[in-house]
Amino acid sequence: MKNKSLVSINDYTKDEYLKILNLAETFEENPVRDLMSGKVVATLFFEPSTRTRLSFESAVNRLGGKIIGFSDSNSSSVSKGETLYDTIKTVSNYCDLIVMRHPLEGSARFASEISPVPVINAGDGANQHPSQTLLDLYSIKKTQGKLDEINIFMVGDLKYGRTVHSLLMAMSKFKTTFHFIAPDELKMPEEYKLFLDSLGLRYYEHRDFTDIISEADIIYMTRVQKERFSDPIEYEKTKNAYILREHMLKNTKHNLKILHPLPRVTEIDTCLDINPKAYYFVQALNGVFVRQAIITSILGLI
Amino acid sequence: MKDKILVVSAIKDGTVIDHIQANSLFKVISILGLDKIDKTITFGTNLESKKLGRKAIIKLSDIFFKDKDINKIALVAPDAKLNIIRNYEVVEKKIVEVPDEISGIVKCMNPQCITNFEKVITRFDVISKKDVKLKCRYCEKITDQEHMEILK
Repeated sequence: MKNKSLVSINDYTKDEYLKILNLAETFEENPVRDLMSGKVVATLFFEPSTRTRLSFESAVNRLGGKIIGFSDSNSSSVSKGETLYDTIKTVSNYCDLIVMRHPLEGSARFASEISPVPVINAGDGANQHPSQTLLDLYSIKKTQGKLDEINIFMVGDLKYGRTVHSLLMAMSKFKTTFHFIAPDELKMPEEYKLFLDSLGLRYYEHRDFTDIISEADIIYMTRVQKERFSDPIEYEKTKNAYILREHMLKNTKHNLKILHPLPRVTEIDTCLDINPKAYYFVQALNGVFVRQAIITSILGLI
Repeated sequence: MKDKILVVSAIKDGTVIDHIQANSLFKVISILGLDKIDKTITFGTNLESKKLGRKAIIKLSDIFFKDKDINKIALVAPDAKLNIIRNYEVVEKKIVEVPDEISGIVKCMNPQCITNFEKVITRFDVISKKDVKLKCRYCEKITDQEHMEILK
């Protein structure tokens, strides 16, 4: 993987996923290592994302690397009208690796083509956010002891949710059974269902939380955003149907874990946070180990 | 059939592109850059066709295409047939085939795609040839036949 940019989860093979996940385990055991001394990573956040940026910066700092960059485009030359091409051509002179988030889809692929240093996509619009997917895989593997034959329930905004689409693509390599719980307006798009059909993988669609969640190994929650609804009354009617509450976990499996890419708003009742099945904050911590693994693999430091 | 022979026999050496859907003629002209060529070219459109209803035809004197170039028109004229003419005779007939990859030519239909904001040559993988579907290498979104817009 040395010098290979990480732009889309679809660029990596199953073996490459597993290599990253295994390496992430070694960082979890020993996260503070002086592997990146003398290395400079540029974090270019053309739109703000505090969580992702801090996670990458924490990963680099714990490995002894240095960070340069900006956290929103107002504090960069983009506000003066500079093209992405010029920004990348310039900044790539100052660093060994670029981590970027940009509102336009395909921006990270374009950057990776023109940049002499590798690029990690930390989100390009609604398209891809591969390090999130890898940390989701890591969290599933760690809590379930395996990635094969998992029963995963995806809940909430399955239409626009970039994280669920990427996770579906990645998990499709592991004989997964999928359950989709979403309002009609936010159902899993047809193209993903056709893709699962083509692989012969099973999936089930539900409009509500039902007793069926007693079969779940993983519940992957996402936010249902008001602005996604064409009809505000429809939103008011549906918003409460996709909130996970403690009593709903009564008959669920022992190994069940609840994941969420965060930020959470109301879709997981805070009473649930102390339940041992709630895993979303540990999931965020796993993000640091996974990003350490990605960065050191790409820079060929390990 | 009689029509076709007349049309074909009208040029000495060159290429005749027949069976273009009438509404795709100007797209074909644009894709092949025929508006920038100084050779003799004849266009005919809204000709009757049993297969297509209305068809267009292009006769190009002294112009021969490489397969890789002519195949680009398959996106807008999938039924097009080529007659290669040498000394008034049809020496070869060809059909067009949608290539596996498309570079330039087509605009990505995703308004949020980087290719619609910066100077980037569009690139697509052809994921369906019959009912043409193009997957953008950048934003990974699909542009289908219905929404296909040819870049000038």
